[in-house]
Amino acid sequence: MEYRDANLLKQEAQEALEELESRTDALKPRDRMAIPAQEMPQQEPQIRARNTSEVALGYTEAQAKVEAARCLQCKKKPCVAGCPVQIDIPGFIQAIADGDYRRSIDVVKSASLLPAVCGRVCPQETQCQEPCTVGKALNDVEKAVSIGRLERFVADWEREHGEITPPAVKPETGKKVAVVGSGPASLVCAADVRREGHAVTIFEAFHKFGGVMMYGIPEFRLPKKIVQVEIDTLRRMGVELQANFVVGRTRKLMDLLDKDGFDAVFVGTGAGLPRFMFIEGENLVGIFSANEYLTRANLMRAYEKSRAATPIVESRKVAVLGGGNVAMDSARTALRLGAEEVHLVYRRTEKEMPARVEEVANAKEEGVVFHFLENAKRFLGDGNGNVRAMECLRYELGEPDDSGRRRPVVIPGSEFEMEIDTAIVAIGNDSNPLIKQTTPNLDTNKWGNIVVDDNCRTNVPRIFAGGDIVLGAATVILAMGQGRTAAAAINELLGA
Amino acid sequence: MAKILHKEQLSEDVFLVRVEAPLIAEERQAGQFVILQVDEEYGERIPLTIADADRNEGSITMIFQRVGHSTTHLAEMSVGDEIPALVGPLGTPTHVECVGTAVCVGGGIGVAPLHPITQALKAAGNKIITIIGARTKDLVILEDKMRALSDELVVCTDDGSYGRKALVTEPLKEICERDPGPQLVVAIGPPIMMKFCAETTRPFGVRTVVSLNTIMVDGTGMCGGCRVTVGGETKFTCVDGPEFDGHKVAFDEMMARLRAYKAREQQDLQHHHAEGCKLRASQ
Repeated sequence: MEYRDANLLKQEAQEALEELESRTDALKPRDRMAIPAQEMPQQEPQIRARNTSEVALGYTEAQAKVEAARCLQCKKKPCVAGCPVQIDIPGFIQAIADGDYRRSIDVVKSASLLPAVCGRVCPQETQCQEPCTVGKALNDVEKAVSIGRLERFVADWEREHGEITPPAVKPETGKKVAVVGSGPASLVCAADVRREGHAVTIFEAFHKFGGVMMYGIPEFRLPKKIVQVEIDTLRRMGVELQANFVVGRTRKLMDLLDKDGFDAVFVGTGAGLPRFMFIEGENLVGIFSANEYLTRANLMRAYEKSRAATPIVESRKVAVLGGGNVAMDSARTALRLGAEEVHLVYRRTEKEMPARVEEVANAKEEGVVFHFLENAKRFLGDGNGNVRAMECLRYELGEPDDSGRRRPVVIPGSEFEMEIDTAIVAIGNDSNPLIKQTTPNLDTNKWGNIVVDDNCRTNVPRIFAGGDIVLGAATVILAMGQGRTAAAAINELLGA
Repeated sequence: MAKILHKEQLSEDVFLVRVEAPLIAEERQAGQFVILQVDEEYGERIPLTIADADRNEGSITMIFQRVGHSTTHLAEMSVGDEIPALVGPLGTPTHVECVGTAVCVGGGIGVAPLHPITQALKAAGNKIITIIGARTKDLVILEDKMRALSDELVVCTDDGSYGRKALVTEPLKEICERDPGPQLVVAIGPPIMMKFCAETTRPFGVRTVVSLNTIMVDGTGMCGGCRVTVGGETKFTCVDGPEFDGHKVAFDEMMARLRAYKAREQQDLQHHHAEGCKLRASQ
């Protein structure tokens, strides 16, 4: 992928649309496959790397219509099977082609509650777009119909036209449900339970709602106002939102049921315990978990230096360790905070990186330097407790491991030093232990994840769980799917 | 939102506030802390220990020193004002049991978090010996409250303006040398004081608990900014602590981490003062 000017893309789309609309005969599949795939217009890399505005600008109406015309409306609909919440994808795309955006967003929302979020952060290339017939026929998953961008287009259309109507709520049942955490799993669960007429209270430990969508995913990838709109919709449905409330500490989980009169509880507390490498020097000043770095930047708004009270380190040369989306977010955030050089260090090769291809491309365009088959061995201090350098080792790929990826093997004697003043450790999260520690009767597995059945029921009656606290660190859409499953089970329990 | 019910200036830079927080007052145990923000949009999250709580009134008391941007702002708030965000109680509560004699050492503002722990140790049936240390007489806080809990109380000041002219480690050493010596020492204060208290008790093999006030963001284990090395392992102060075995804490590393934002704090404070002067000048 190479950066192409946003105005040029818009202009090309306009021409393509005029050509399509001038045709009088019906489009055959072959014609549809010949329509150029619409790229996402983006801010220019050198400019966006120094601002916090959203990188992807969104399709124009012409682009959306042209892209929608690429969909073959095939009988098999492999895309629907690839979607964790089974959105009627051909249905909503056909509505875009027809210019009926209201109908389109209604189709999406009958299955998904956070389309503006999912259209931005879902890994479509491994989900709905991966099996797309168009992509298969063209032998390139990047040429699949851009389902995610189209989803974003209709979700943004609804929001920008002030057309958001909260889902209808049935008459009050008098039943009360507590939802712990306010990330994607919790928001979806809260909405689905509230729709049935049950009272819902969301408890959030932070001062802002949205979980990882607020503290983790940066503004330039998911503007906070979009998350805010989703929260406001819940409020309009009558969901109560309680911030600064740590379930397990402010109130024990069991007390919500036994003392506070809740009839059921959903736990969606996420994967909030950062992993470290436990190597020499890791506690030197200047070494952060990605959680801390991103939370300071996003939730605490440290990038607004003149206004935010929360400080963030002023870095010159940053190393980011890891190869996932969080590593990309950290590296790109460091650039935006003014770092001169950002180096991403990953112990396998680009092929094994779990980050989305699009995010890797974005990071490269913005100037992040990638180092593959390298990893930190230890951090070296400056004598005053600050990090000065990172000693690295080089690796080569050996036999596949349990994850199916080829195992990185150290090349003995390959040590070298990389001078840095900041390091960000982005090698994943474990489940937050707070609920587990304060709810001894709740079953968890050896990684600390809450154990649930197919309906997201835990071993404790009336307690349900979903999202990363069950799945380990996963995606927004999978968390949403679980929130929905749990809500169905809660509604069944309370309806009986 | 937590309304300020009462405010007192204990010394030039030390303030006491009692705020409405019924849930925290009900759940809190000795050794726990809260995190607050003076501004929900741009404010930082600062951890403060709970010095006392009143379940009937539904209130908690916090004592803090005016050092940075947020504590300066907090010190400027008045009775009736609301603290926009207050969350807690956080941290693992103090392990309280009857061990015999417990020495409670508080340095400066460290006497505030020491108070509820002393209360709990006293209630568990321990003999309490308290040592309060401060730079100078004006900085001695909670002397009466601590005296009421203590079988024996020593006050020392660095400059000799009140009580004994000594560092807290002097009387601590003497108490450890007694026969029988104490079974437990709880030391809370500036890191350097806690470090030397731990060094003082180490040869006597007396269990020494310290309470760390590291830099934190969320306070629930999510950021890892508060990590410390204890016995060679990385621990999170917010969830594994704030209390740790003082003989195992890597204090030098902890002190370096506390200094991480000192330069920025100073800048902010100067900015704050400059703004204040401008305001006053325009009035």
